[in-house]
Amino acid sequence: MIGGGNAGLCAAIEARERGAAVVILEHADRSMRGGNTRHTRNLRAMHADPAHTLEGSYTGEEYWQDLLSVTEGHTDEALARLMIRHSGELPGWLYEKGVRFQPALTGTLNLARTNAFFLGGGKALLNAQYRTAEALGVRVCYDSEVKRLNISRGRFSSAVFLNQGNKYEITARSVVVACGGFQANESWMREVWGEAADNFIVRGTSYNRGAVLKDLIGKGAETTGDPTQCHAIAVDARAPKYDGGIVTRLDCVVFGIVVNRFGQRFYDEGEDSWPKRYAIWGRLIARQPDQIAYAIMDSKVLDRFMPSLFPPMTADTIEQLASDLGIESGALTRTVDQFNASVSTGSYNPEILDDCSTQDLEPPKSHWALPVDTPPFYAYPLRPGITFTYLGVKVDEQARVLFQGGKSSPNVFAAGEIMAGNILGKGYCAGTGMTIGAVFGRLAGQHAASAGER
Amino acid sequence: MESLQPESAVGEAQRVMNICNACRYCEGVCAVFPAMSLHRAFSDHQMHYLANLCHNCTACYHSCQYAPPHPFAVNVPAALTELRTETYEAYAWPGFLGRLFRRNGLFVSLATALALSMVLALASVLVDPGVMFAEHSGPGSFYAVISHGVMVAVAGSTFGFSLLALSMGVRRFWRETGAFALARPMFSAFRGALKDMATLQYLGGGHKEGCSPRDEGRSNQRRYFHQAAMWGFLLCFASTCVAAFYDYALGRVAPYPFFSLPVLLGSIGGIGLLAGPAGLFWLKLRSDKIAMPLRHYGMDYAFLALLFVISLTGFLLLMLRETAAMGLTLAVHLGFVLALFLTLPYSKFVHAVYRFAALLRFNAEKPEKSRPATVA
Ligand SMILES: Cc1cc2nc3c(=O)[nH]c(=O)nc-3n(C[C@H](O)[C@H](O)[C@H](O)COP(=O)(O)OP(=O)(O)OC[C@H]3O[C@@H](n4cnc5c(N)ncnc54)[C@H](O)[C@@H]3O)c2cc1C
Ligand code: HEM
Ligand code: SF4
Ligand code: SF4
Repeated sequence: MIGGGNAGLCAAIEARERGAAVVILEHADRSMRGGNTRHTRNLRAMHADPAHTLEGSYTGEEYWQDLLSVTEGHTDEALARLMIRHSGELPGWLYEKGVRFQPALTGTLNLARTNAFFLGGGKALLNAQYRTAEALGVRVCYDSEVKRLNISRGRFSSAVFLNQGNKYEITARSVVVACGGFQANESWMREVWGEAADNFIVRGTSYNRGAVLKDLIGKGAETTGDPTQCHAIAVDARAPKYDGGIVTRLDCVVFGIVVNRFGQRFYDEGEDSWPKRYAIWGRLIARQPDQIAYAIMDSKVLDRFMPSLFPPMTADTIEQLASDLGIESGALTRTVDQFNASVSTGSYNPEILDDCSTQDLEPPKSHWALPVDTPPFYAYPLRPGITFTYLGVKVDEQARVLFQGGKSSPNVFAAGEIMAGNILGKGYCAGTGMTIGAVFGRLAGQHAASAGER
Repeated sequence: MESLQPESAVGEAQRVMNICNACRYCEGVCAVFPAMSLHRAFSDHQMHYLANLCHNCTACYHSCQYAPPHPFAVNVPAALTELRTETYEAYAWPGFLGRLFRRNGLFVSLATALALSMVLALASVLVDPGVMFAEHSGPGSFYAVISHGVMVAVAGSTFGFSLLALSMGVRRFWRETGAFALARPMFSAFRGALKDMATLQYLGGGHKEGCSPRDEGRSNQRRYFHQAAMWGFLLCFASTCVAAFYDYALGRVAPYPFFSLPVLLGSIGGIGLLAGPAGLFWLKLRSDKIAMPLRHYGMDYAFLALLFVISLTGFLLLMLRETAAMGLTLAVHLGFVLALFLTLPYSKFVHAVYRFAALLRFNAEKPEKSRPATVA
C-alpha cells in the first residue's frame, strides 16, 4: 500500500483480512501520518432509515442527482453508482474497525441527513484505522517516500522508496496506490498554474506531491480529470502554506463584499447559499491580480459566521481600512459607496435566499445585500486554498488502474484522491472525498489480495 | 503565519481555545467544546470555567490534527491543566494561602509529616505509655488513648475551617465565572451535574469507551479507578457521619462491631480508597507526559498517597484494634486523617468542588447542540 490515509488503510485492512501480507509505505512520520484524511470530519453515505449517526433517509438516487448536479455530468456513471451503492455500508464497516461517529446533530447545513461525522474528526478516524490494521498484522513503514514503481506493460513488480536518505526496493505481488493528489508539488503546480501557484495555500498535508501519480502516467496509465481542476476555497491569507486545515477557511463572503487589490468587486457574493458556492471562491481569487482578495464587512454582521482563526483587521473608516490593506483608499470608498447606494431594502434573512439585493450594479449581489455602513469596519485577506487536485488515474470497477488502450492492470490498484477524478471530474459534494477513498480502498484491498494469490 | 506563543497560562489557553472554536471537530468528545462554542472570544473568567470543566481525559489531544509537532501546537489538556492549577491558587481562601498550590506535592507531604508528628508527639506527651501500649477492648477503648473531647475538637475545627475555605473559594469561582443565561432551572441542572459527577461521563471520550492516559487507545481504567477513589472517599465520609450520629444521637460509642454500619461503610469505602488511588498512581506513572505535563503530578501524587495511607492505616486499625498496637495505629491513622482535613482546601481535593461547580454551570447553561453554517 502506498500512502497511509483513509484509502490506504481501508485497503490494508481488507487485504490483510483476506490473508495477504501487507506493508504500508507512508511518506510522513507517525505524528503527521494520514495526509489530507487528518483534516476531514465526515463522509457522505446513502441510507434508507435514520441511524445513530444520520437523520432521515438519503437514497442512492438522491446521492446520484447531487453528484450529477455538482459535476455537471463530468463523472463516470458506472463507478459513481457503484460508489453510492457501497457508501451505505461504510458507517457500519468503519464502526467495526473502531471508528466512532457523532450522534446526528441538527445543524443549519442539513448535513446531518447526508453526512456521518467522525467523533473527534479525521485524525481520530485514522488512529482507529491504524490500531485495527496493526492489530491485524499490517506493517507500517513511516518516513518512506515512494519514488517510483517498476511496471512493465501494466504489471507491477516492485517499488523504490527512500527512508532516512537510503534507497530501498520492495517487491510485492500487487500494489495499491493511495497517495493522494499533487497539490503539494510546487513545481508541478507552477507548470499548471504559472507563477500564480506561488500564492496558493495548500489546506492539507505537505506530503502529497504526486511522485507516484506522475510515474504512473509516464508508464502508460490512463488519466482522468484536467490538471487545472481542483477543489479550492477562500482561506485566510495569513494561513501557513501547508496544513492549515479547516480553521483557515472563512465563511464571511456572503456577509459583505469582496474586492481585489484594486478595491474592485469581481463576483456576486450572494449568488447562492454559501455551501453551494464556497468551492468556487478559490478559483475566483486565483484569477485576481496577485491572487489576493479582501472580504469587507461592517459591525452589523461580524457575529454571523463561524469564528475565525485570525482576528479580522479593523478600522473606524473605510479609508483607514483601505490604507491598512494597501488598497488605494479612493477606489475602495467608491466601491463601497456605489454598493451601498444600489442596495434595495428587503427583509434580511441569512437562512434563506432572501430578497436583499443590489439594483443596477455590476457584478450584482443577489441576496443578503446590506449596506456596509456601520463602523467599525472589518476585513479579512483571502487567498485561494487548495484542498486537492482532480487529475488522477482511471480505474475500473475493481479499482484496477487502466493502462493504455483501457486495459485493466492485473496488479496495480488505485484508491482515494489519486483516482477521485473518475467520480468528481468537476465540482465537489461535501463528504465525497472520504467516501471515494473508503469504497475504492476496500475494493482495491479485496482485489489486490486475490491478485496476490497464486 | 502569525505564531504567538503567549507567556501566561490563561493566554495560552485562550490561544488554543480560539483555534478550537474555529475548528470544533471535537464537539462530540466532551463538555468543554459545546460550552466553548457559545462564545466567540474568551475572557479570563470564561477560561477559568472551561479549565475546570475539562476532565483532562486527553481524547481531544490525540484526535487533534494541530497537536505538536504541528506549528499550531494545540494541546488542550496541557493548556487547561496549567490554567486549572492556577485557578486553584487564584480562588483559594484566604488568598495568601493560594501559593500553597505552587509546589503542592511538597506542601502536602510536609503538612502530612507535620500533622503526623504532632499527633504522635501529643499522644506521647499526654498519654501515659502504659495506656498507649496496653490492650483495650470494648466501647470507648479508642478514647482511652486519645480523649473524645480532643478528637472532636481537633477534627471539628480543622474540618470546619476547611469547609469554610472550600465554600469561600467555590463561591468566588461561581460569582466570577458564573455570568451566564440560565437555560434550565437550577434543580434540573443540579441533577444533571450530579449525574455527570457520578458517572464521570466526560472521562469517557464521547464514545463511553474511555481514554487511555498513555496513548490514543481506549480504556476506562482511569474512570473506574477514579470511581473507586471517589466513591471510596464518600463512603468513608458517610461512615464517619453515621458514627457521629451513633455517638451523639444514640449514645453508642466507638469502636463498633465488624458488621455495624460504620465499619461496613468504612471497609467498603476503604477498599475503594486503596484500589482507586493505587490504580490512578500506576496509570499516572505510565501516562503520556506531553498531554499531561509532568509538572502537575506532585499535587496528584501527594493526594493519591495520602488517601492510600489513610485507608491502609484504617484497615490496620481494624485488624489491630484488640491488640497492644492499637494505640499507636490509631494515632498514626488519625495523624493522616488530620493531614487530609488540614490540606483539604489546598490540595488536589479542590478539584472536586470546582469541577462540580463547572458541571453545574454547564448543565444550567445547556449549550445547544447545533452547528453553524460552515463548509469543509
Ligand atoms: C481541510 C480539509 C478538509 C476536508 N474535509 C473533508 C471532509 O470532511 N469529508 C471528505 O469527504 N473529504 C474531506 N476532505 C478531502 C479528503 O481529505 C480527501 O478526499 C481524502 O482524505 C483522501 O484520502 P486519501 O487516502 O486518498 O489521501 P490522503 O488522506 O491525503 O492520504 C495520502 C497519504 O499518502 C502519503 N503519501 C503521499 N505521497 C506518498 C509517497 N510518494 N510515498 C508514500 N506515501 C505517500 C501521504 O503522506 C498521506 O498519508 C478534506 C480535505 C481537506 C484538506
Ligand atoms: C470527593 C471525592 C473525590 C476524590 C477523592 C477524588 C480523587 C481524585 C484523584 C486522586 C485524582 C487524581 C487522579 C489522577 O492521577 O489523575 C482525581 C482526578 C480527577 N477527578 Fe477526582 N476526586 C473526587 C471527586 C471528583 C469529582 C466530584 C469529580 C467530577 C465532578 C472528579 C473528577 C476528576 C477528574 C476528571 C480527574 C482527572 C483530571 C485531573 O487529573 O485533574 N473528581 N480525583
Ligand atoms: S483539539 Fe484540535 S481537533 Fe479538537 S477542536 Fe481543538 S483544534 Fe480542533
Ligand atoms: S482533555 Fe478531555 S475533557 Fe479536556 S477538553 Fe480535551 S476532550 Fe475535553
